Amino acid sequence: MDAMQLLLWARGPALGIAFAIFLFGMLLRLFEIYSLGRNKDLAPPRSHSPGSGWRTVVMRSFSAKSMLKASMLTYVTGYTFHIGFFVVLLFLLPHIELIRSITGLHWPALPTPFIDLIAVASIIALIVALISRVMNPVKRFLSGFGDYLAWAVTLLPLLTGYLAYHHLLLDYTRMLAMHILSVELLLVVIPFTKLTHMATLFIARWYNGDWFARKGVAS
Amino acid sequence: MADETLLDVLTKRGISRRAFLKFCAAATSLMALPPSMASAVAEALMQARRPSVIWLSFQECTGCTESLTRSHSPTLESLIFDAISLDYHETLIAAAGSAAEAARENAMKEAYGKYLLLVDGSVSTKDGGIYSTVAGKTNLETLKEAAAGAAAIVAVGTCSSFGGLPHANPNPTGAVPVSDIIKNKPIINVPGCPPIPVVITGVLTYYLTFGTLPELDDLGRPKAFYGESIHDRCYRRPFYDQGKFAKSFDDEGARNGWCLFELGCKGPITHNACATTKWNQGTSFPIQSGHGCLGCSEPNFWDAGSFYQALSTPIQPVTAALGIGVAAAAAAGIGVALANRSTKADAKAHHQTVTTNDLEK
Repeated sequence: MDAMQLLLWARGPALGIAFAIFLFGMLLRLFEIYSLGRNKDLAPPRSHSPGSGWRTVVMRSFSAKSMLKASMLTYVTGYTFHIGFFVVLLFLLPHIELIRSITGLHWPALPTPFIDLIAVASIIALIVALISRVMNPVKRFLSGFGDYLAWAVTLLPLLTGYLAYHHLLLDYTRMLAMHILSVELLLVVIPFTKLTHMATLFIARWYNGDWFARKGVAS
Repeated sequence: MADETLLDVLTKRGISRRAFLKFCAAATSLMALPPSMASAVAEALMQARRPSVIWLSFQECTGCTESLTRSHSPTLESLIFDAISLDYHETLIAAAGSAAEAARENAMKEAYGKYLLLVDGSVSTKDGGIYSTVAGKTNLETLKEAAAGAAAIVAVGTCSSFGGLPHANPNPTGAVPVSDIIKNKPIINVPGCPPIPVVITGVLTYYLTFGTLPELDDLGRPKAFYGESIHDRCYRRPFYDQGKFAKSFDDEGARNGWCLFELGCKGPITHNACATTKWNQGTSFPIQSGHGCLGCSEPNFWDAGSFYQALSTPIQPVTAALGIGVAAAAAAGIGVALANRSTKADAKAHHQTVTTNDLEK
């Protein structure tokens, strides 16, 4: 398969397959979670606290000071990677064009060299995070195959995008195809690994926030 | 006449030695050879015998011939092109019918093993190749026959290099490039729809000078001309990096000459020399005149989605795939939910209450 055929496959059938599997997996996950339902509340709270769930969804994105001190590296790499990943994903013009072609939504792009810088920062953050995961006995103990797989499939789109932009390793057409395929791999893997947190974290935070805000028992 | 050297031919046509040397210097730099090679190129070209060239046209539109024979006329490049002994060319040959076919067969016989075979157009292979015939002979047959005695083959244009338009989905004639059929001869692909004239004369000059093929990339294209992408050599590239894009063909951005990526320019994946050698004697090239690159020198460019959709967009709608995903998830989700509920109900039914009495036992 020459580079162009690979690119056409990546931009055509493969994209459809990846999207279908991603949607299927994510919806199934959500279905599973929501269809479990919740136990009957035998001790309804004294007063409801509207908005506490939503507040926690936002507030949990900011670290507690003591936690930040205790595991600075985890926080810094985590923030750098997550913010970087979304800046690259949402503000590089070709990505915006892709989103526009599917949803019709669009917004201004950031200059390419800036995106390039952010991508490098994200890649470094991911690598540091992996080193820390392997070196730290607790993190290593907690990590399984799924965690390393999730790490790899997350790194690949950033790495191939960077390599394609800089014309490294492979010729641009082939690397661009690899880049698109790596994103499709990520889409396929997301619902079946811990990467599902991209959706479930909001559910979990909301639930925690709502639960923790319960005060007393209605009498 | 066949013994004439190129210099003889050019002198006869009133080309000065100075103009000839200038051409050699330009050709040397175009082919990315060191400047010191210019004199060697000149020496070799002066001595070169007119090579016999047979030009076969298969499933094509004659655009390649038009590009090569007209656009640069009358420059030195076209004269170099004229100076080759073009023994057979369907469009340009004066003879017709059996006389023309006889000319081809003669040329093949006389220069067997030495002639250059130029091919434009793809080769039909379906149903024995009956969809394109000349004088009752399929292109497939003619190509095999002509290739047998060729020193090398130059596939001129995207159709003969990669299949081109006839090869486009659904490819009703089973069109394939020359390289799919001929495996035992050196083949140079000079794709483009049409290719740049100076690229073909550059390749011929190289062949005449060194008697070998220039360095080729993985798609058989001379690296000197196809080594870099349009995007990397585009004068609008700085706008891409700055994030300045034309949103339509007549907006402020278009008037300011900003990048055409959003309007579907395929420059980033297209390897050709348009951005550097340009067209019409260096006047302009598509992007300079305000239209994105179509990617015509790449395989399957016709099937690569809309010319007016950005390179990063899907080439086919994803809505069907999304629908399938949602429907499948809903069906599987209901199944999983029912299974979970029955597990839960089962657990509830078999729940045994533990009392303090039980614990004290």
